[in-house]
Order: sequence, then C-alpha cells, then structure tokens
Amino acid sequence: MDKVVLKLDDLEVMANKEDTILQAALDHGIYIPHLCYHPDLKPFGGCRLCVVEIEGRGLTISCKAPVEEGIAVRTEGPEIDKMRRVAAELLIVNHYSECLQCARNTDCKLQDIAAYIGIEEGRLQRLKRTARDLPLDDSNPFFIRDPNKCVLCGICVRTCEEINGVGAIDFAFRGLDTRISTLKDKPIVESRCESCGECVVRCPVGALVPQNMRKPEREVKSICPYCGTGCGIYLGIRGDKIVSARGDRDSVVNKGQLCVKGRFSYDFVNHPDRLTTPLIKRNGVFVEATWDEALDLVTAKFKEAQEKYGPEALAGLSSARVTNEENYLFQKLLRSLGTNSIDCCARL
Amino acid sequence: MTNTVDEIAGAGAILVTGINPTESQPVIGYRIRQAVRNGAKLIVADPRRIQLAEIADVHLQFKPGTDIALFNALAHVIIKEGLQDQEYIETRTQDFQHLKKMVEKYTPDYVAKITGVAAEKIITAARLFAQADSGSIFYAMGVTQHTCGTENVVALTNLSLLTGNLGKPHAGMYPLRGQNNVQGACDMGCLPNVLTGYQPVHSDRDTGTYWQRLKGAVSRQPSAVSREEAGADSSVIESIEFDEPISLNMSVSDTIRAKFSRAWGVELSDVPGRTIAEMFHYFPHRRSRIMYIMGENPVLTSPQAELVREALEDMDFVVVQDIFLNETAQYADVVLPAASFAEKDGTFINTERRVQLIRRAIKPRGDSKADWEIIQELANRFGLNWNYSSAEEIWDEVRELTPHYFGGMSYERLDAGGLQWPCTAIDHPGTPILHKSKFARGIGQFSTVEYRPLAADATDEDYPFILTTGRKLYHYHTRTMTGKSDGLNSLIKEERMEINPQDAEGLGLDAEDTVKVTSRRGSIKSKINLTDRVPPGLVCMSFHFAESPVNVLMNPAVCNMSVASGLKSCGVRIEKA
Repeated sequence: MDKVVLKLDDLEVMANKEDTILQAALDHGIYIPHLCYHPDLKPFGGCRLCVVEIEGRGLTISCKAPVEEGIAVRTEGPEIDKMRRVAAELLIVNHYSECLQCARNTDCKLQDIAAYIGIEEGRLQRLKRTARDLPLDDSNPFFIRDPNKCVLCGICVRTCEEINGVGAIDFAFRGLDTRISTLKDKPIVESRCESCGECVVRCPVGALVPQNMRKPEREVKSICPYCGTGCGIYLGIRGDKIVSARGDRDSVVNKGQLCVKGRFSYDFVNHPDRLTTPLIKRNGVFVEATWDEALDLVTAKFKEAQEKYGPEALAGLSSARVTNEENYLFQKLLRSLGTNSIDCCARL
Repeated sequence: MTNTVDEIAGAGAILVTGINPTESQPVIGYRIRQAVRNGAKLIVADPRRIQLAEIADVHLQFKPGTDIALFNALAHVIIKEGLQDQEYIETRTQDFQHLKKMVEKYTPDYVAKITGVAAEKIITAARLFAQADSGSIFYAMGVTQHTCGTENVVALTNLSLLTGNLGKPHAGMYPLRGQNNVQGACDMGCLPNVLTGYQPVHSDRDTGTYWQRLKGAVSRQPSAVSREEAGADSSVIESIEFDEPISLNMSVSDTIRAKFSRAWGVELSDVPGRTIAEMFHYFPHRRSRIMYIMGENPVLTSPQAELVREALEDMDFVVVQDIFLNETAQYADVVLPAASFAEKDGTFINTERRVQLIRRAIKPRGDSKADWEIIQELANRFGLNWNYSSAEEIWDEVRELTPHYFGGMSYERLDAGGLQWPCTAIDHPGTPILHKSKFARGIGQFSTVEYRPLAADATDEDYPFILTTGRKLYHYHTRTMTGKSDGLNSLIKEERMEINPQDAEGLGLDAEDTVKVTSRRGSIKSKINLTDRVPPGLVCMSFHFAESPVNVLMNPAVCNMSVASGLKSCGVRIEKA
C-alpha cells in the first residue's frame, strides 16, 4: 500500500494513502474527538466534532479529509475549540444523562468527548434535558432504543444499511424533532429489523443497549453453535452462566458479525430443562439413575442384542451438533462393536 | 464448499437456488447483500420470493421439482450464445460435447413451459452468470432434498464447469451447511460407507473403489515424494497415502480397514452399514434392533415421522444422549445427559471446511458429561480399553489416521485461527480454494442429467397444493435450543404456513384461521400467514414447531444416489380446521 508522510501537531506520521486524517491520527494514538465516525463504515461527517485545521487551508472535518503528502494538521486551536465546544455542548445538553444508570457507562463516546472539552459546572445546567420525555422502544426482546440518549450520529442507520443491507431504520422528521425511526415510526419489532444487534454493538452512547445487560467477568473464545457458517464468538461468563456473546473481529469468517441467534440466544445452556442426570425408563416412566446403573444397563442390552441378532442389529445416529472428536469416537465405538450402521442428519 | 465465506463479497455474479441464507445462514446472507452492493449480479432461482429475490437482478420463480430443466436451459443459452469458457473446457474438463448435445432441446421456450419462468428471464440469467468475471453458486436442501437431489447438483455443477468457475477466487460452489458441525460429522466418518476423511469401508474386491476407478490408485509413499513435488499439488485433495504402495489389483478398502483395525486393535466389518432411512425401515425385519442416538431428533426431522416413532417403539432398546429431553428422547429406554458446546473443548468444521476450536467456558450442568467422556466410558465397558484424557488426544489420533485431510492441523495451530482441509502437513497452509490447478479426480467431468417430472408426490385433484419447507430466522431446527429463549419465542411463537392470499380467498380462509394440512401420509394443523412470498398453488412451512410437525406429511422416498430424503415437496390438501 502506498504511504504518505504528514504532520499532526508537529509529529511526523506515516499513513496509508487511502486513509483520512482522522484514521491516521487514531492509528497513531492521537485522539481527535469524534462521534459519527466508525472504522467499519463510510465517513459521514455529521457530528462536526472532528474538525481540524490544515495549515494554509483552514478548517476541515478530519473524518472526510484524505491525508496528503506534506500537509501539516493542527488538532487544537482557538477557532477549532470554539466550533467543537458548541457542537459538543449541543449534543450534551440534548442527551439524557443519568450515567450511573446507563449500560454504556465508562464505555461511552460522549463521556470521552465531555472529558476532552471539559464542561464547567453550571454552564449547561439551565439547558440540560432532565427528563426522559421521549418514549422508549423496548419492543425487541433483545435490545432497547432510547431516543432520549440518541446523538443522531447515524451509525445505527449506516450499520443497518452498509453492514447488513437491511435498512430497517433511517433519520426521520426535521430540525429539533429529528430522530431515528423505522418506516412509519412503528416499534422496531414491527419493522424489517432482523435483530442482529450490529447497531447495538456500534452505538457510541446508551441509545441502543442490550436488554438486561450484565457485564461479563471474563470472556472465552469459541465458535457459534448454530448454523454451519462457524462464526467466531467470545462468550461472556459470570459465575457459571453465559451472560453475553460478541463476534470475534479477528475471525476471518464473520469478522465480528453475528446474527440474532449467535448474539442473543444462549439461554438454552443455563436452562432449567437441561438434563443433569442419567434417566432409565421403568414401567414407562423416566427415573433418575447413576452413571454406573445407566451405562451398565446399556452395555448389557447391547451385548444381549448382539448375541441374539448379531452385531448388525446395532445402529447409531451421530450428531451434527457435537465436536469432531466426539463424532470420531462415536463411529469408532460402533465400528469396534462390529457394525457400520452409523449415519447422521447430513443425509436429511 | 469449494471457496470461502470471505470471498463472497467480491463475487462477480451469484446464483442462489434452493437456499434462503438470510434466514438460515444470516451472516452469509449479509455477505451476499454486501456483494450486491459491491456490484455483483444476483440471480435467485427459487419457487418462493425469498428476501434476496427483492434485491436480485432476476428472480427465476420456477415450479418446485423442475430445477434440472431450468439449469439445463441456462446451460443451453450459455452454449448457444458462445458464453462458455472454452479454454477452461478444453484444458480442464471432458465430455463437453455430450452436455452440448443433451441441452440442445432445453430451449428457453421449451423450459418456460415446464418451469413457468419466462424465456427472457432465463436468457437474462444465463447471460448475467456467464458474462461475470467470477460466478458462485449457492445451494442447499432446496436442491438436495429431492428424489433427484444428486442430479440437481450435477446440473448445477455443469454450469460452474461451463463457465470456468471451479478453482478460482470469488467463484465456485457453495453448498451451505445448516449445522455447526455437520461437515465434521461427515468428515469424521459418521456415515455407513466411509471412515474418517471418506476412506471407504465397503469391500470393493470386485468393483474397485471410487478412488481406484478414478485415480488409478497407485499411491505414493510419502517419503518418496519430495516437498517440491508435493507442493505443486498442495491445493488439491491428495489420494490416501499408505505405508506400502498398493497395486491396482489390491483392494483399497481392505488396506484401509487393515490400517484402522491395527490402530484400533479390533477387527473391522466390511458389511455396509444402514443409512438413517434404513435404520427406521418400513419393514420391521429390515430395521435396526438397537439404536444409540446422540444429539439428534429424528422424530421431528425425518420424513413420514410416524414411521420413525413406530420403529423406535418397536426396537429392543433405544439410548438417547442429549442436552435436553427432546421428542426423540421420549422413546428412549435410557437417557444420558450430555454437556453443551460451552462446557467442553473440541473442534467444529464449518461450511468452508475450516476446522475451528471451541473451548470450555463453564462446567457441565449437574452430572452431565461431555459426549466423548460418555462414549469412552461405554467403550471401556466393552473391554476396548480407551484412555483419552483430552479432546486434543482424540484429535491427534484423527490426524494420524487421516493425514490427507487433517495431518497438519495441530491444536497449537488451530488455536491461532482455523485451518481449511486439506491440510496435509504441519507446514501446509490449508486449502481455501479447492480444485485450483486440477480437480480432485483429475479432470472435470461434464455429466448429462435429463429433467423428468417427479412422479413421487405430484399434485392431483385430492392433493392440489404443493407443500415445501423452509426455515425461519428466529428459530433453529426443532427448537431444542431456540425454544428455550423467551426472546426468540416472543418474536415467533407458532408455526404459520405461508399461503398466497389468492389461495386463501379461494379456500375461504381468514388471517387468523387454523388449517388442516393433509398429505398422502397424514395430517397436521397450522396457523397461516397470508403472503405473496409463495405463488398461488404453493404453501410453505418450517419444521421448527413440534405442534406442527411438517415432516409427518413428507414422502420418505429417497434419492437413489445419495439416499437423502425428498423433504422439499409433496402434494397436500388444505382445509379450514
């Protein structure tokens, strides 16, 4: 890839020719406030927070300005600060912020911005939105949409369109009434939304958060147990429960993407209906048994049938759900017992 | 799959047929949509107007069961207009002239009458597919679950060969796998005729095996082949390597059985095993007497499910090993509680042949155990003396016995990211694209398959509708997993058979009515969903809900080559219940 060299606040940095100034800065650990920029999406230029000055040319928004050989960029300055402060303060006053009650607390881009520009005590108090006056949309069982916290960055709209090609939501209404809406402003569950949660993952604030979110204490890398795509996941664990799942961005298969089942549907693992002990049917009713009782009975019955009918009487249905190692042992056992009658649902 | 998920977004043209990826493999569905945004031409060939049809350049809405006629017509147009990849055909394939002769009669006008698809649409689709730089073909059960399933696939393969699309990036065949490890179950030899890596088990002393017939069968000693020489071939599936070279007049399967018998310390049978349909055979004396069922739910997934229930009841002894007491477990004599995917280590193989590690995240529930531990305890009760202490040890045995697929895939390498088979040596990079420089069998074979009307379960006066089956985004198979999610259940809580409003009106049905659906084998009840996703005359149900077990209705007739069941269409009658 072709490289160019430019100056960022007097630091000489090398960037890919296709990069924008914002990308180059973030790649080099230089923070420029931004809200509507997301590395997975095309630049949008909506929030105006990433404004910078290219020396000799004036102000520009860095998420849309391509890097060029030899340019010198300033990320701070009186004019920049003034513009940025106005844009940021307008966002902050319009944002319903009860941070401690917010699922995105400590992981919020608006908090980052507020911390960066610095908010004087009292200055915004008079203008601040203090009530959650717009109705929540909790129609989807997996996530909540809270327009009181929305900063209109459009990341959800663009994710739905650019990442998944669904297009369930868009900007609607005008001026102060602008908000993100489904077609005809219906609850999200009645729209063409596919509940994949990609927008929830990318929302920079608490406007889109999972229902009943609980942060995991640790994460374990695994593979989604549903269809054959084989998406890489990280299971979030608390105690002995799965409380979350997220896509593995390093997986060459899904690159972090997941569908509704892969992201939200692990209730079955910790479900009370899980079998926890061997069962033996006695007089038509299942009775709990020890492993020894159950396995001894299976062994005796297998041997009995083999003597009565020959090894061919035994057959096994293996599973497209268990591991390779288990499938291998399953057919090894049956073949070792003298039968090749092993099949799986691949034939269905 | 010949190619990878990652390549989809760069495809020039995509043909989607007999699969609904936005609901059954959503992430692949997203990729196809992305490809379209990147400029790919999309052709959807499906009797239903699936979601992808809305963004397709052309939708070939053919009558169920007329797939072969349609695919042959596409081949006809490609050849007639000279759009085939002549150089590829000459250098890499054989018997093109037979195909050319066979498809002559499949003119767009002739096939329009059979399929109900306008001739112009067939011509447009053929041009779009053949004129693109690369073309990939996505298909699944809608193609294979027919009594002519294998022939459907052959007809599709002809299209791929004709346009030179096998063995290059962004192209190839994408038979999408529906389950996390269905690929692995097959690769591990959970089939009645093969061991791991498709090593044949049947006696072949009279006929020779597939490999012998096609490859001349004289295997090289691994040590006799230099790395350079092997390197040239590293992108194609190698034949099985033997300790001793074997000559043409020896049996490959005898050698393989000897290899496994030695490794396992048992004498292996060369009697072919029963397929799933044969285990539950119509005639009781031909069924199995003892069933060991691990992680399957055939009571809901098999065609004419009544037969499966009857067979299970009739058997001497049934063992079910599962994480839930599913519908099949009700017929068990003993139920063994298994650990879920989150409670054990191991590997899955995805639809693109990628072997990937899963890791134990939590401990098994209650007294449940990982399936491999249960199987081992059982084996030791038969005196087999197994002694595996981890999934990795088992995997290393698989690698040793299946070097032509997994030889190079150590857990250490897999931990760093998945690898695609074949991966024959520890320094082999894996194989993202199959058939690159040559085909597994050497030369690409055109085969001729003719369309014949499906006699098995046609419509008539008594059964005027065609019933097909599909999947829904919010549920998975028989709902043993997704049925436990309150969220998913709230999104879709019951089966609703898709029926065209025109048909509903003719039958005097309202949106909230329940209908009785009757086939030649039984009847079930279902709510309805009035939608033009299905054309008049066609209805569609999923097999997710035990309350509307659609497979009860289906014909157990099988494809005579793959022995797969024709689960995708049958004649039905619909009445208000």
